[in-house]
Amino acid sequence: MSVEPWVVLSFCAMIFFIGFTGVLIRRNILVVLMSIELMLNAVNLTFVTFSKHLQHMGGQMSVFFVITVAAAESAVGLGLVIAMFRTLRSVDTDQIQFLKE
Amino acid sequence: MNISPYFFYGFGGIAIACSLLVILKRNPVASAFSLVMVFFAFAGIYALLDAHLIATLQIFVYAGAIMVLFIFVIMLLNADVPSFDLGRTHLGIRIAAGLLSVATLALFIWAFSTTQLTPPVDQFTPERIEAAGGNTQVVSELMFSEYILPFELTSVLLLAAIVGAVAIAKRKLSEGRS
Repeated sequence: MSVEPWVVLSFCAMIFFIGFTGVLIRRNILVVLMSIELMLNAVNLTFVTFSKHLQHMGGQMSVFFVITVAAAESAVGLGLVIAMFRTLRSVDTDQIQFLKE
Repeated sequence: MNISPYFFYGFGGIAIACSLLVILKRNPVASAFSLVMVFFAFAGIYALLDAHLIATLQIFVYAGAIMVLFIFVIMLLNADVPSFDLGRTHLGIRIAAGLLSVATLALFIWAFSTTQLTPPVDQFTPERIEAAGGNTQVVSELMFSEYILPFELTSVLLLAAIVGAVAIAKRKLSEGRS
């Protein structure tokens, strides 16, 4: 009994699309950042799947660097959220309208 | 691939259900805790795929560090906004968007299931990895030999992220505008 690679890849695509939908439909910027993390995780799993299938370690090395970049991205992103909340007293993305004024 | 289907579909079901909860729950704290469950399910799948080091890193970095950061920011802001408002979009556009996304996903799955995958390179077969001391040993040796330059550049990236995050979060952006 085994699982074919395309099943795992399709699973990754589903998670990626769920994250993508979250970015599109949510207006709370914290949940938007969480959806971005979901998409990054889906891509990581794709890397690991190909690493396992091709029996090559480059995929797992890429996942290591993606995890590092994700950690840096969420640190800077949450700093931006705090700066935005200080300015607007809100975490709603629709409130970002500086260019309109 | 030689992995147990029961565990894969179990972890996969948990991951899909919890990631739907992440984007559908109104309360950001509930979303954050669903996201923790997704990360743990992903760690399980990594372990199934023999990526033991990645599975451990997933729990340490994602479920540990990043989620603590998210929870802290949610607690710090204490912003209770209703952030889920589909009602403003036109109904026809919503239906079209849903159909289009399902069609795109179906296209992906069709492409994955019909494409002939490249045959394995056979550089790191499970037997060779076992003989070389296991997944963690093999990945670590690669990290400090072949991938040493990106590994060192990672430290520069993390330093820049620390400085940037502190600089952004410390300064009051409203000072510039009246």
